[in-house]
Amino acid sequence: MPLKLLVTAKRVEDPESRIQVKPDGTGIVTEGVNYKLNPFDEIAVEEALRLEEQHGGEVVVVSIGGARAVTELRAALAMGADRGIHVRHDGPLDPVVVSALLAKVFEQEKPDLAILGKQSIDDDQNQAGQYLAERLGLGQATFASKHDSLESEAEQKRLPGLAVSADGTRVTVVREVDGGVETLEVRLPAVVTTDLRLNKPRFASLPGIMKAKKKEIREIPAASLGVDLTPKVAVRKLAAPPARKGGVKVADVDELVRKLRDEAKAV
Amino acid sequence: MANVLIVAEQHAGHLRKASLHALSAGRELARRTGGRLAAALLGSGIDAAAAELAAHGVEVHVADAAVLEHPLAEAWAPVVADLARATGSTLVGAAATAVAKDVLPRVAARLEAGMATEVVGFGGEGSDLTFRRPMWAGNVLAEVEITTPVKVFTVRPTEFAAAPREGQGELRRAPVAVDAASLRTRHLGFVEVKSARPELTEARTIVAGGRGTKGDFRPVEALADALGAAVGATRAAVDAGWVPNDWQVGQTGKVVAPELYVAAGISGAIQHLAGMKGSRVIVAVNKDPDAPIFQIADYGLVADLFPALPELQAKLR
Repeated sequence: MPLKLLVTAKRVEDPESRIQVKPDGTGIVTEGVNYKLNPFDEIAVEEALRLEEQHGGEVVVVSIGGARAVTELRAALAMGADRGIHVRHDGPLDPVVVSALLAKVFEQEKPDLAILGKQSIDDDQNQAGQYLAERLGLGQATFASKHDSLESEAEQKRLPGLAVSADGTRVTVVREVDGGVETLEVRLPAVVTTDLRLNKPRFASLPGIMKAKKKEIREIPAASLGVDLTPKVAVRKLAAPPARKGGVKVADVDELVRKLRDEAKAV
Repeated sequence: MANVLIVAEQHAGHLRKASLHALSAGRELARRTGGRLAAALLGSGIDAAAAELAAHGVEVHVADAAVLEHPLAEAWAPVVADLARATGSTLVGAAATAVAKDVLPRVAARLEAGMATEVVGFGGEGSDLTFRRPMWAGNVLAEVEITTPVKVFTVRPTEFAAAPREGQGELRRAPVAVDAASLRTRHLGFVEVKSARPELTEARTIVAGGRGTKGDFRPVEALADALGAAVGATRAAVDAGWVPNDWQVGQTGKVVAPELYVAAGISGAIQHLAGMKGSRVIVAVNKDPDAPIFQIADYGLVADLFPALPELQAKLR
């Protein structure tokens, strides 16, 4: 059974960039910061592509944000997604607003499965997928992982970690939880969020990048979707975390043992 | 008045220690808002864990039903949301465990609430309450306000002391209006990662290894066992398949704050530091004198871990 897959692609600060708070605490310094597709969303796109390779169907990628969010949609299209939806919104967002907008897109597109990164690496909230599932009255499987390591044979063969039944009615998901690994079966349509060890995302190929330029991106103004666009979680102030001061270098193990015993009283 | 409901957690009938830290956070909130504190415990056959929780002086609402045996977000969320309404709780929180991160956003959606994840502290009083939480992998500390009438949150357990055992709270049965047949989610299995070592998030001492181990964790594990410590690892070591996933310390793994953290062959990537820089004493052993880990370590030893760790182990006897 072919699958229709909806995946998210948020534009975030590159995790390798240095993040600094503006002196007045109203935001972060964006000068010199690179932007990229949220790494967890990249894993979601990769997983959707593998499911499409296995089952056939369509991968639709959605991004919510300002004009520049198109860059991240193109990045996902270059990986192989079929078409993009840009929910255009220039103001601040929170998971309440994001999930309300995604629910509208979901109702329009009627996918079998929505796959989201478990969190975006800017606000680190880890909520949108769960809110979305509740809004839609669907089952959810968060923190999807692979049972085996990313060095395993299954990963070498680029097999999906999510197992969709042949009749397209259920998905089996392995999840990383505290103290072990849980397996859930969820009836489709469903919402899945991805953890780091679900797959290793592919790099976009040059032909992929060329093809992506011609793929459809439909722009939907957020204000047209009948959703309250006021964030409910408002940032009042940002600050740098208290710095931990570095200590001393010790000459050898003997000095380390002495310091740990006498000075730090840690052993 | 804002009452506070803390969703505690048990696993296989045992109360999770993290929940006692969340209980402290709940007490602080009740103080700040002038409300009452209550706790919820969900599961099946959980009387012992409920009694243990009540022995920390908190009223415990026990939702005990077969349909709640496994923490399915779809089944748990309506029970917690109903309890929040019944207890007049406008602050609903839990320790930031895998279960709470899965369940609480669904609770928030049901209560039309905004939510703050991994809260490390509170500010303000009454209606001016704010939540302090890390963003950008701990590079930024944000003070956020939740503008909805009900506010949902998870707290980072290492930032709040465990609630002491004192007083005796009342135990109350909570109604469970979940129809098992209507659930779209089914639990198929759970494989426990068994270890004789303490849990990472609860250990007093942690010995962790990174890329510098080149995949050989034997000296790391030997030192850990000699110290009765838990073993941690960096994301690089986990991704390489050298060690199990649940050993990972960092922004995307576990956040820990032990008395002593020994980082062996760990360079100190931002994402790892975010998970362990709350430790009381940090020791770094690394061959590279310029490794960033030395900038935050209390004691740095520039050395190859393969001779250094066994020597440390021998001399700590």
